[in-house]
Amino acid sequence: MAAMILEAQGLARAFGGLRAVDGVDFALRAGEIHALIGPNGAGKTTFVSLLSGRQRADAGTIRFDGADITRLPAHDRVARGIAYTFQITSIYAGLDVFANLALAVQRQRGADLAADVRAAAARVGLQDHLATRAGELSYGHQRLLEVGMGLALQPRLLILDEPTQGLAAAEIAGFIALIRSLVPATTVLLIEHNMEVVMDLAQRITVLNFGKVLATGSPEEIRANPAVQAAYLGTPDA
Amino acid sequence: MKALALHIAVIAGLWLLHGLLPAYHHGNMARIMVLAVFAMGYNIAFGYTGLLSLGHALFLAAGMYAMGLGAQHFGTGALPGLILGTLAGGGIAGLVGLLALRTAGVSFMIVTLMFAQAGYLTLLYFGAVTGGDEGFPLPAAARILAGLDLTQDGPRYLVALALFSVGLMAQLALVQSRFGRVMVAMRENEDRSRMLGYNPFRVKLTALILSGLYAGAAGAAYGLLFGYVGASFATIQFSILPMLYVLLGGAGTTLGPLLGAVLMFYLIDTASTHSSAHLLVIGVALLVLVLFAPKGLLGTLRDRGIRWLP
Amino acid sequence: MGFGPFLLLATLEGTVMAAVLALSAVGLSLTFGVMRVVNVAHGEFFMLGAVLSWAVSLYAPNPVLAFALALVLVPLAVGGLAALADAAVLKRLNYDPEATIVATIGLSYILQQAALTFFGPDARPVEAPFSLRLQFPWFGYSGYKLFVVLAAAAILLAVWTFLRRSRAGLVMRATQVDRNTARAFGIDVDRVYMGTFALGAALAALGAVLIVPIQQAHYLMGHDPLLLSFIVVIIGGLGSIRGTLVAALLIGLSDGIISMFFSPTLAKIIATLAVALVLVFRPQGLFGERA
Repeated sequence: MAAMILEAQGLARAFGGLRAVDGVDFALRAGEIHALIGPNGAGKTTFVSLLSGRQRADAGTIRFDGADITRLPAHDRVARGIAYTFQITSIYAGLDVFANLALAVQRQRGADLAADVRAAAARVGLQDHLATRAGELSYGHQRLLEVGMGLALQPRLLILDEPTQGLAAAEIAGFIALIRSLVPATTVLLIEHNMEVVMDLAQRITVLNFGKVLATGSPEEIRANPAVQAAYLGTPDA
Repeated sequence: MKALALHIAVIAGLWLLHGLLPAYHHGNMARIMVLAVFAMGYNIAFGYTGLLSLGHALFLAAGMYAMGLGAQHFGTGALPGLILGTLAGGGIAGLVGLLALRTAGVSFMIVTLMFAQAGYLTLLYFGAVTGGDEGFPLPAAARILAGLDLTQDGPRYLVALALFSVGLMAQLALVQSRFGRVMVAMRENEDRSRMLGYNPFRVKLTALILSGLYAGAAGAAYGLLFGYVGASFATIQFSILPMLYVLLGGAGTTLGPLLGAVLMFYLIDTASTHSSAHLLVIGVALLVLVLFAPKGLLGTLRDRGIRWLP
Repeated sequence: MGFGPFLLLATLEGTVMAAVLALSAVGLSLTFGVMRVVNVAHGEFFMLGAVLSWAVSLYAPNPVLAFALALVLVPLAVGGLAALADAAVLKRLNYDPEATIVATIGLSYILQQAALTFFGPDARPVEAPFSLRLQFPWFGYSGYKLFVVLAAAAILLAVWTFLRRSRAGLVMRATQVDRNTARAFGIDVDRVYMGTFALGAALAALGAVLIVPIQQAHYLMGHDPLLLSFIVVIIGGLGSIRGTLVAALLIGLSDGIISMFFSPTLAKIIATLAVALVLVFRPQGLFGERA
């Protein structure tokens, strides 16, 4: 069995009466691409927010690389190597692409900032847009910049929240190749609605429903799981 | 490079003015340069980091009183007084920041306003020591800096210029540094910055302390150059002035504070020599800026094509 | 005079202060609650109320008529001016919280200038409508001051009834809860905002009309009411009318008592620090519910 890079136990978070995440046990193997799927409102974004530290867990523990990070604020988790890209694109719209990427790149204290930024831009195909104001990029390019900033942190775990939303077909193909090139150096956790992307990329899949884990397994196992089919893909006899 | 050359040219221009200006304007410019240092401090907090403070008068007064009380009671010289004042401004800013930065936006504005008001009232309460609103004149002996007699017009201008130049170049270096980029990042998108691993509280606190150092230095210098220390410098007016300068010149531009200070100073000066309408000038300027030119002069210029303006 | 009578006097003074403060603070609280606007010019509306009442007294034949006229005309005038400011400035800023603060700072300078230019720099006394004096065993006390307390209470009761019972009050409360939903239900949010801003300013002006026979009118007098109203509104919980009233009483009384036994400056230092700390550690106010 491969080493676990991240383990969550009994993770819970409620908003008022709604149990958005309700006692989730979850583990990520180092170097895998793991997809998190489930119907709208299943608690996926809340769950990764707990992992990344954007929200505090009401109960449960999170261990990353052997250390308990349950109480760490988000920025300390990022410093330990957990990067998060936002579902709703969150970039510095008023700054140019160079500054956007530099803010991520300069966390690494490299010697040549300009060269490192150019390399980071080239990874997501934005090398010709360095002087463009980020808010003026096309939507697809903004999504790529968002991912590029996450990558430039050189994370050990990259959490992507709906990265392909709004991308054109050609951009999705490039994106899939990019993510595949990251492993096994980086572990990837991916929330994704596009099933083709999920089945193509993911080595393992976890299905959330009503804040609980419905199933975990390989794409084939998930596809064959009747409970998943009932809850998510539609009723089996439909 | 272009930016560096521009800044050096501005300083050289101010140095040339030293020989050219008639006495009245010569005195005004010395005052304006010190006020511009104060405004640069405000710019670091508000313009670059997005911290809209209504309490900077407290940091100005902290610098002024640290210098003045030192000179009055312990006979500290001008240079130690200047250093003391700078540190006092930064220190008080740090203390206020530790509490106020737990809030944001409107709450931050009100908390800083209240702390500054409490500081002003405290100066009044201890009027026996501070002189209250009347203040106290600084002994001439305390106003000798490195052999220069600051009661004289010439040395006064040059010392103001020296302080301004140091402040301006330090500000340029700061905003072009990696930390400067992070300050702007906090202003633009705090949530994203946190998810790049930056601690928002620490970044903002650092920026506020830097801002307080400027304000403290300006307060101490103002007292030294013009020979007077008083609680009136802790009133809300002196929190609004740097905001006005920065809004007019352009928030988040290195030269905006100077430009705003010069224009606003002469606008108020003209208005009050011809009438008593300086309140109107301040009021109308604030309204016009916030309604029609929220980016100020240099900010608008930067948007309209001079992209390299720092 | 012994400690007991002294305390009684301080309590009376504090109650008068609390009454006027409550009027002004409820006005500020309404504008914040409904519009999410922090109105820094609120103290200037108070000042205008005082200065205008003095102006009315110049033209009225006797103090009683002057007072009655001021009570009606001054809030209308100040409310109208506020409505104008709302349309000309705040609405254009889309009620952006930070921009409106800067704008209302600008507005306060302009109003000060207007008062200075039209009414001069001197403090102007206004005669009270009646000069009844109540004789306690230890000291005499102005009957007018007690009238102020009663009048303020009556006005506040009227405001409360207006908010709770009238259709306009219902519309205001609906807008406070959610301006977008209110708009979807056909409420003219722009008009509600204008009305709220005017009402808030009129309440400050009313407080000033009541207080001006006790305290003279001056173009810089708006500073303290603004600060104290802020303190009351924040300690009471932003946007909560009930909390505001309780806090006005608390601040008014403690200010009266601390001012009398120690010093007014110390009272204000304590109050301003309290506000800062409440905002930092208990942003919903001392009496508000946690959101």
